[in-house]
Amino acid sequence: MKLLALFSLAGVLSAQALDPAVLQKPLSNEWPTYSGDYSGQRYSKLTQINQTNVKNLTLAWTTRVSNGPGAAGGGNPFRGGGGAAVPLITGGEGTGEFTGGFGAGTNIRASMLMVDGRLYFSTPDNAWAVDARDGRVLWHYFWKTKGGTHIGIRGLGMWGKWLYMETPDDFLVCLDALTGKERWHKPIADFNQQYFSTMAPIVIGNNVIIGTGNDLDAPGYVQSRDPETGDVKWTVYTVPMKKGDPGMETWGSVEGARVGAGNVWIPGAYDPETHLYIFGTGNPSPSYTNPKSRDGDNLFTCSLVAINVDTGKMAWYYQLNPHDTHDWDSSETPILVDGDFKGKPRKMALHADRNGYFYVVDRLTGEHLLTSKFSDTVNWVKEINAKGQTIRNVEKDSTVGGSLVSPNNYGATNWPPAAYSPDTGLFYVPQSDTYAMYYLTETDPRGAMGLGGKDEQFVASMGTYLTAIDYKTGKIAWRHRYPGVGGGFGGGNGVLTTAGKLVFAGDLSGNLIAYDAATGKILWHSRIGQVSNAPQTYMVDGKQYLLVAAGDQLFAFYLQ
Amino acid sequence: MAQAPPPAGAPPAGGPPAAFRRPPDFPTRPPADPAVVERGKQIYSITCTFCHGADARGGSGGPNLIRTPVVLNDKNGELLGPVLKEGREGMPKFDLPAAQVSDIAAFLHSFRVGGYDISRMAPPTILVGDAKAGEAYFQKTCTSCHSVSNDLKGIGGRITDPKRLQQTWLMPGAAGRGPGAPPSPGTIVKVSVTQGGKKITGRLTKIDDFLVSLTEDDGTPRSFTRDGDNPKVELIDPLQGHRALLGKYTDKDIHDVTAFLASVK
Repeated sequence: MKLLALFSLAGVLSAQALDPAVLQKPLSNEWPTYSGDYSGQRYSKLTQINQTNVKNLTLAWTTRVSNGPGAAGGGNPFRGGGGAAVPLITGGEGTGEFTGGFGAGTNIRASMLMVDGRLYFSTPDNAWAVDARDGRVLWHYFWKTKGGTHIGIRGLGMWGKWLYMETPDDFLVCLDALTGKERWHKPIADFNQQYFSTMAPIVIGNNVIIGTGNDLDAPGYVQSRDPETGDVKWTVYTVPMKKGDPGMETWGSVEGARVGAGNVWIPGAYDPETHLYIFGTGNPSPSYTNPKSRDGDNLFTCSLVAINVDTGKMAWYYQLNPHDTHDWDSSETPILVDGDFKGKPRKMALHADRNGYFYVVDRLTGEHLLTSKFSDTVNWVKEINAKGQTIRNVEKDSTVGGSLVSPNNYGATNWPPAAYSPDTGLFYVPQSDTYAMYYLTETDPRGAMGLGGKDEQFVASMGTYLTAIDYKTGKIAWRHRYPGVGGGFGGGNGVLTTAGKLVFAGDLSGNLIAYDAATGKILWHSRIGQVSNAPQTYMVDGKQYLLVAAGDQLFAFYLQ
Repeated sequence: MAQAPPPAGAPPAGGPPAAFRRPPDFPTRPPADPAVVERGKQIYSITCTFCHGADARGGSGGPNLIRTPVVLNDKNGELLGPVLKEGREGMPKFDLPAAQVSDIAAFLHSFRVGGYDISRMAPPTILVGDAKAGEAYFQKTCTSCHSVSNDLKGIGGRITDPKRLQQTWLMPGAAGRGPGAPPSPGTIVKVSVTQGGKKITGRLTKIDDFLVSLTEDDGTPRSFTRDGDNPKVELIDPLQGHRALLGKYTDKDIHDVTAFLASVK
């Protein structure tokens, strides 16, 4: 039935539609899903831009866009040559005014899609289509929001000629990729429980995989939606919801589990062979305080979780960080790699965590293979147990007098995507070594709600890096330290690697930099302003483009 | 759970990333008539407090009501009423008139709800250390650069908030200066650039892999293109000693030193 549906879709494919077969292939000409392909590697097979010629990269085009209904962006009609005005399509159930402070400036952080010569990208409440050859804006969709936390939106998903977008006020919106016109919108979560939805939908066969979360303790979940109707096909909560649910024994009470969060806000990876969707879950809640109701390991928070997309059943889980107390989500997209591990061929999932540790598991079973520390300053772990889990030193929880903890709450890394090159066997991750004081400000034994109950004060950054990890040993192969005495935190906004033996990433000073993937040697750079997303690449009309966002602007480079 | 805001890039010289103030993300309920809320509180205290706590954050067996889906979705008791009337597993039935139910609802809706929960039982001070032990630690570790009779004279009187004092001695410039404040003189990073045998020194204004900028003592701004080790660049970080100690302190050392410095009036 599923196969039939796929074929019938392929039969009606027209221009600007996504051929489902492309989604099954390694990343090459198009960029049809969040990570480029399902593996999460962000490794492109394109080689037109390579180590020899990368020094000749030059600007192909740049485009500026603006959030909101006022300016569709792209091309100034008064400058001439811009052609027709950009169509603005408006949707939404609110007034569009309530953007919680984060929505005011246009900051493109999301991954973009490139399908059939068009780019599709988003900011909270906004989506655009742009011609991939010259950056001309083709349409702009604006969602009038009811509110909700407008901290980010991670990108769009695509199925045939339809685009899917989550909104901070908890709707899944389906748009016609050709025109930007809305086909339907369906609720994802209960807005009154303060859910906000930011994940980039991941399309797998006839499943649109979505996720949601919040800062008020409500349970996180991942869902499959029907791409035609938006109806729910299955739901998996990331915490046990009732007596007898698996994992309930790892909570102090049923109510504690139900308000245990485990948010879902960053896409996972997908293994077409096993039909497993593998993703990282958020931290338990309340995030910093320790009421009795939270006693235990708090499954399935801070875990890698594998779900069979056909059945919606959990196949395995591996909890990286039992009973987290520092709001360190494990949401970072796992990277699926087939390779050698200790002399045996293995199918693996690789993950660098906000908590400063790098983990390798067998992705067929969830069996632990390796745990290593990638941030030198990290000081919160008491032991790595027999299962390879990082067990916290309880003395590094927030305390009244303050605990000096590395990393700070942002983490040694965060959601901005890592990358992996099968050419070098290296895993590339943005890293920063930071310290903060964590003060406990709520001594009520019932704890706080959500992120309350602590005052985290930044102390210092010891350095910010682009780091290459050998997954077989967990050892650092090379590390590029951004100059300065400390550096900020965050360590950049994500990484791309290519078969041209290159790694691309933004630094802290507004430079987009190309590195030799094997050694970390700098080969090219361009100062374009604060790079705000992970670089991407695509090929159209015989030209390979390097694409990146810096705030409200897109930049595309190529070889002339 | 916290979906971190974008990394700020390089922090402003001498200071941490500026704290940002979060506006409310979700619409708040309009305030109800205080008399109605008070009535609701009275009924609640008789009917609900034992299990759910006087502040509705949970008590003997009953959950926190403030964040419960029924209460969050309820407007005037229309969702609360049926739960009270029917009871739930572990909760008895309460047959209350509709007016009393809506009063209880008004009381429950009077609490602020949000993930950035304000602390209610905040400890009065962060001072938990032993001043005497702190003095010994200070003598052993800090006196090569600092003295309580010289640069730190009266420090406990000058910085009276112990948390700010602690943050400040841990990493000068990292606390309590407010966004946009100029860096304190002791935290300015200096740089020397050696080019063609000539050494130029000044205050560091920017550095990345491709450029170094500085301001000379007489105010002259200079910029140099960097190409690997050419020109030679040396950073002089006045806080190097403080940075190096971060990996060495125990939390007790930190609390003790703070207790000691707070006593230096």
